[in-house]
Amino acid sequence: MTEERVIGIDLGTTNSLVAFMYNERPVVIPGEDGVNLVPSVVALDVQTDPRARPTVVVGNGARKSLISSPGRAVYSVKRLMGRGVEDVQDELKLFPFRLAENVQPGEVLRIRLGEMEFTPSEISAYILRQLKRNAERYFGGSVSKAVITVPAYFNDAQRQATKDAGRMAGLDVLRLVNEPTAAALAYGLDREKEGIVAVYDLGGGTFDISILKLQDGIFEVVATNGDTHLGGDDIDNLLIAIAIEDIRGDLGVDVRGSAEAIQAIRKALIEAKIELSSANNSRLEVALPGGHLYRREIARDQFEELIQPILERTIRPVRQALKDSGFAPEQIQEVVLVGGSTRIPAVRQVVDDLFQLSARGKKPHTELNPDEVVALGAAVQANILAGGSKATEDMLLLDVTPLSLGIEALGGVVAKIIDRNSTIPASATEHFTTGVDGQTNVAIHVVQGERELAKDCRSLARFDLKGIPPMSAGLPRIEVKFLIDANGILHVSALEQRSGKQAEIEVKPTYGLTDEQVETMILESFDYAEEDFHVRQLIEARNEAETILAAVEKAPQHAAWQQLSEQERAEIAKLSGELSVVKQGDDLPAIRQATEALDHATRRFAELMMDQAVSSAIQGETMQSASTKLGEGPTAPHEIAPAEFN
Amino acid sequence: MPTAEEKFVDAACWNCAAPLSHAQLFCTGCGKVQPAPDGADYFEVFQLPRKLTIDTAALERQFYHLSRKLHPDIYARASEREQEWSLRNASLLNDAYRTLKEPIARTEYLLRLEGVPIEEEGRQAGARQNTSRVPEDLLEEVFELNMQLEEMRMTRKSGDDDPALREELVRVKQQFEAQLGETDNSLQQLWQQWDEAAPASADSVKQRMVALLDRRRYIRNLVRDVNETLDA
Repeated sequence: MTEERVIGIDLGTTNSLVAFMYNERPVVIPGEDGVNLVPSVVALDVQTDPRARPTVVVGNGARKSLISSPGRAVYSVKRLMGRGVEDVQDELKLFPFRLAENVQPGEVLRIRLGEMEFTPSEISAYILRQLKRNAERYFGGSVSKAVITVPAYFNDAQRQATKDAGRMAGLDVLRLVNEPTAAALAYGLDREKEGIVAVYDLGGGTFDISILKLQDGIFEVVATNGDTHLGGDDIDNLLIAIAIEDIRGDLGVDVRGSAEAIQAIRKALIEAKIELSSANNSRLEVALPGGHLYRREIARDQFEELIQPILERTIRPVRQALKDSGFAPEQIQEVVLVGGSTRIPAVRQVVDDLFQLSARGKKPHTELNPDEVVALGAAVQANILAGGSKATEDMLLLDVTPLSLGIEALGGVVAKIIDRNSTIPASATEHFTTGVDGQTNVAIHVVQGERELAKDCRSLARFDLKGIPPMSAGLPRIEVKFLIDANGILHVSALEQRSGKQAEIEVKPTYGLTDEQVETMILESFDYAEEDFHVRQLIEARNEAETILAAVEKAPQHAAWQQLSEQERAEIAKLSGELSVVKQGDDLPAIRQATEALDHATRRFAELMMDQAVSSAIQGETMQSASTKLGEGPTAPHEIAPAEFN
Repeated sequence: MPTAEEKFVDAACWNCAAPLSHAQLFCTGCGKVQPAPDGADYFEVFQLPRKLTIDTAALERQFYHLSRKLHPDIYARASEREQEWSLRNASLLNDAYRTLKEPIARTEYLLRLEGVPIEEEGRQAGARQNTSRVPEDLLEEVFELNMQLEEMRMTRKSGDDDPALREELVRVKQQFEAQLGETDNSLQQLWQQWDEAAPASADSVKQRMVALLDRRRYIRNLVRDVNETLDA
């Protein structure tokens, strides 16, 4: 029985990957260029033909655009998912792309690339579509189901944005898996381990720490914590800021306004940063626009001192997670390192100190490539959801929600209804009533976070419960059930108990899209998608063919037809016949060629028709008014389209 | 309230027609998940009697066993309604485990099941304020402590520290923490009384548990206040 293929996708801040379980082992699927990592960079190509739609380029091909046409490329879009304009002000300064002009607080972001606008989910959808295609190429067949990973500390809006992206890319997202948990799965596969494991995941944009209990194939997350705004990008941005100051001092040049300069500096700094993981020194050399050359030597200890404040930001979440788990650092038996940034020796030192590893004669696990391990884990989970195989038959993931869920109560205070680190799916039931006689709507503001006041927590959504039967104030008994599903996403249902009526719930997601909006984007995205660009071109070519064939069919009715020679008419008939056949196929060049040929063969006819139109039109007209009429009439020659016949 | 065994439910598995008892979340015959039962309480989910002493290791084993049968991951390819049922049943299972696993949550839950109105730990909006009444025997100590805390806050506000006062506060905090340990012991005893109790004394045991939980909550909030003042 053929199993439907389910792929595992790591949609990373810096790089994305797709993987699949093959012969009891997870394997990363390479792209067309043979490379496993697809840079999470999306760019809008410049088109020479203004009429043609711009194509979207993803991955390595898009990276060049970062420097050559920075206003048309976006990277690290994961940092913008599920966020509002007020959250991203700082990093916008260093991003080469801009937001759309009129984005309001509380709205979903819109990014401007060239002449078009995209939400972060749409950009991520392009990346996902690329990965989907890579998988389809690999299998030689279609793929529609996937497991996508998200940072464990992602809140509801960020998770929903990821799910939306999957939908826009044509994927049925079976599950969102937390990245540290996925990494644990990848490691747990051949280890059959029992024990307490910590996963320290420092990626390009996000930091997660998860403490898990492994037993009999069950991976139970006990506690998780993190910072969804902490990663390698922050290290880069710090270095870029320093470099900009340096350049101003050394060369007297202020490059802050130049996106090209900043991107060139960024590229060089990243290369240096990577080199410093294995070498003690690195040399920076950046050719700045305007002919200047910026040169700098960086020593590893200098670098480590500079980034120490960033690394120290990982300490508090780790300590909190340990506290919540009830385990002391010494009780952690294994530590797994995930994410490219964990290659930095200074990071390994922080981890070693936090968990007392070398003091206990232990080392962290890095056997699996820290860039690939999350995708491999996603493939394992994909396998479990697809029905499992021998390797995964006893495996089950029990994950948790990372943030407490609460409702804003009177006075702006938060009433917690589901605690953080509760195993999911999890639910809570609350009761509400009305404050005013005849009130038919009740508004609920749901937030996520640990703070006492709603304004200090993350706004998740406002739910309007509608259709409550009008009664005296305080009489209705509205039971609201909050359910956090296995993806960590909230669902709400409400029932007015006295009348037994299901209350209608209107969800207004903060920083998110409504279902209708996502649907539109799935349809709209077909206009711009590369693969569908081809389909569109085919459709356009067929339309053109049909137009000219319809005109040729009516041609014999026109007086000018008589003026054609026998040979010419035969030629037109032959080419029409050929075009009629070819246009039914998929051969785009052939259709275009046959259309050209027929157009060419009917050119003289068109001219004859034109002459006749002119003679009949200018009867009683001056040359000027006739030429004006000609300019507007349906028989006026069109520069681009073939002559249109009546 | 009738016990699980007394409720006769005319239910059968939708798949294999094997009879189902109340609160059965999946069929023991064919394994298929069943529609979420109405009003199953957490003890019923684990097929446990309403007793407060629980073997937590056994509870964990049972939790893992039930998870393997109910988790949505297992129903990823099943029909939509089975997916819906597994989502609800798995969340019921998780809610039940989370509550029964933790001694205070378990006690509060049982009291609520037994019809005692009780405010749960930290769930009330404004849980910051120590709104429970001061336990009578602690009146003097609490008064003294509050004065010391106020003094410490003033000192810290002006950027100073008072090592002697700090030491005293730490000592008092430790005393209260010891008190907490005592309340935990008392709670265990009350559990035993409840578990063995005849229905006649049930009410009195319940009242004492409520009082004990109140006391415990109050002392915990005190300790928290001291910690916050010292760390500020």
